[in-house]
Amino acid sequence: MTEITHYSQTWTHRTPRKRLFLWAGWVALVALFLWCWQIMTESTIWAFVWDAPRQAADIGSRMLPPRLSYVPELLVPMWDTLNIATLGTIAGVIMAVPVAFLAARNTTPSARILRPIALFIIVASRSINSLIWALLLVAIIGPGILAGIVAIALRSIGFVGKLLYEAIEETDARQIEAVQATGASGPQVLNYGIVPQIMPAFWGISVFRWDINIRESTILGLVGAGGIGLKLQASLNVLAWPQVTVILLLILGTVVVSEWVSAKVRRAII
Amino acid sequence: MSAQSYPKTWRRPPQIVKDRRWRIALQLGILLYLVLAVGSVEVDWERVSIGLERGQRFIMGFLQPDFTSRWNDIARGLVESLTMTLTSTVIGVLISVPIGIGAASNLAPKWIYYICRSIIAVSRALQEIIIAIFLVAMFGFGPFAGFLTLSFATIGFLAKLLADDIEEIDETQAEAIRSTGASWWQLVNYAVQPQVMPRLIGLSLYRLDINFRESAVIGIVGAGGIGATLNTAIDRYEYDSAGAILLIIIGIVMIAEYGSSYLRKFLQ
Repeated sequence: MTEITHYSQTWTHRTPRKRLFLWAGWVALVALFLWCWQIMTESTIWAFVWDAPRQAADIGSRMLPPRLSYVPELLVPMWDTLNIATLGTIAGVIMAVPVAFLAARNTTPSARILRPIALFIIVASRSINSLIWALLLVAIIGPGILAGIVAIALRSIGFVGKLLYEAIEETDARQIEAVQATGASGPQVLNYGIVPQIMPAFWGISVFRWDINIRESTILGLVGAGGIGLKLQASLNVLAWPQVTVILLLILGTVVVSEWVSAKVRRAII
Repeated sequence: MSAQSYPKTWRRPPQIVKDRRWRIALQLGILLYLVLAVGSVEVDWERVSIGLERGQRFIMGFLQPDFTSRWNDIARGLVESLTMTLTSTVIGVLISVPIGIGAASNLAPKWIYYICRSIIAVSRALQEIIIAIFLVAMFGFGPFAGFLTLSFATIGFLAKLLADDIEEIDETQAEAIRSTGASWWQLVNYAVQPQVMPRLIGLSLYRLDINFRESAVIGIVGAGGIGATLNTAIDRYEYDSAGAILLIIIGIVMIAEYGSSYLRKFLQ
């Protein structure tokens, strides 16, 4: 019997080789960070950066006190913002439902052609921010609420479509089979086997997206797509900081309220 | 043996609003709101018909993207976006780890807990674009303001999820370490860190992905990155360049998404 010698006396989590790789990985990350930092700050004017605390104090002193007499002027833009979010969500959901059914593996009519197209629509819609959609749409159909609604709708397709198609894929196949066993046609299977199963998810997703859309529609005005953002942009342009404070407070209030409503509704549904 | 009897009638599932009158009132209210909302949308059809032609040009530009004529601007914007994304994610993660630990009620004393939770709440409540407006006003135009914006937004996202994760750790493991007489630092290092590390890495990669998407937007208000290039291209009606930029953004987002989900699977 050979004698067993050289074992490490202390227990270690990783082998020396693994530790080496780990350290190499960290060093590489630090090097990458430093390199990126170098490139990013090449054109930075440091005098502005050192000056920033003074600037911040300056802006802060200008922002207070908020000009509360400005509130009545904000009510119509706020109403527009709510409409952009709500109508945009409705339109987005209506467009997202067929896309979700085409993208789900168990309901798509053709996994070869239609499913990749549907998945591409979902990815494209998700990777472009609503502000960029709004920028495009303002250039195409002109400034106003309509551009905002369409931007919100196009942005919502990806989000709703993705979550909904995942919900469709998670449906219980036995229930669908039971409906099929009765000799139901395709639409009947959809109506009685699948739709009841995804209904709670559908409403939950829609309300969740509505909540996000309220948040996003408040800033669409920055590029001209209507709503309270227009007032924000106008106030920023003339450096009316007390008005900016009022608008930000109003946006914050709206976001909090919409979050509360959405949480309440979702708890009631699910 | 007699056959089991099944109910002959279908029973209605429970309703959210119990009272029938309230339900009808609610539905009427929603209908009224929709009518009012649709009525408030003013559509200038003349403008739209002019725009449709532009829309067609945009789609043509999207189908035949022009990468070459504005390539220098695109490349600069892209480099700004990518460097901004990486540096802000790294710094954001570094700052959000202590804040996340401070915001976990099982590790931090009450007063630190409240301070850290309020930092998180502020960071989450303000949108990136609004933060960017302020930081551009303070730090001047360019990617540095964008870097700060994304770092700040990362703190709210990562610190909150990390804190929630720390609060949900397996207490028995923490107790085992504590019973050996470990100090607070040893507790964090040996009981908490191994449990939350895989998730922290996953969340950081996810945030990297989000930060790139956001970096494409904050350029619109002057915080550098590809968004600024895109904004200029659309303002000048150069839809073929805009189409090229959008395709690049979609491509990178797809790579980032698949790459990060692959890496997360590999690491966990």
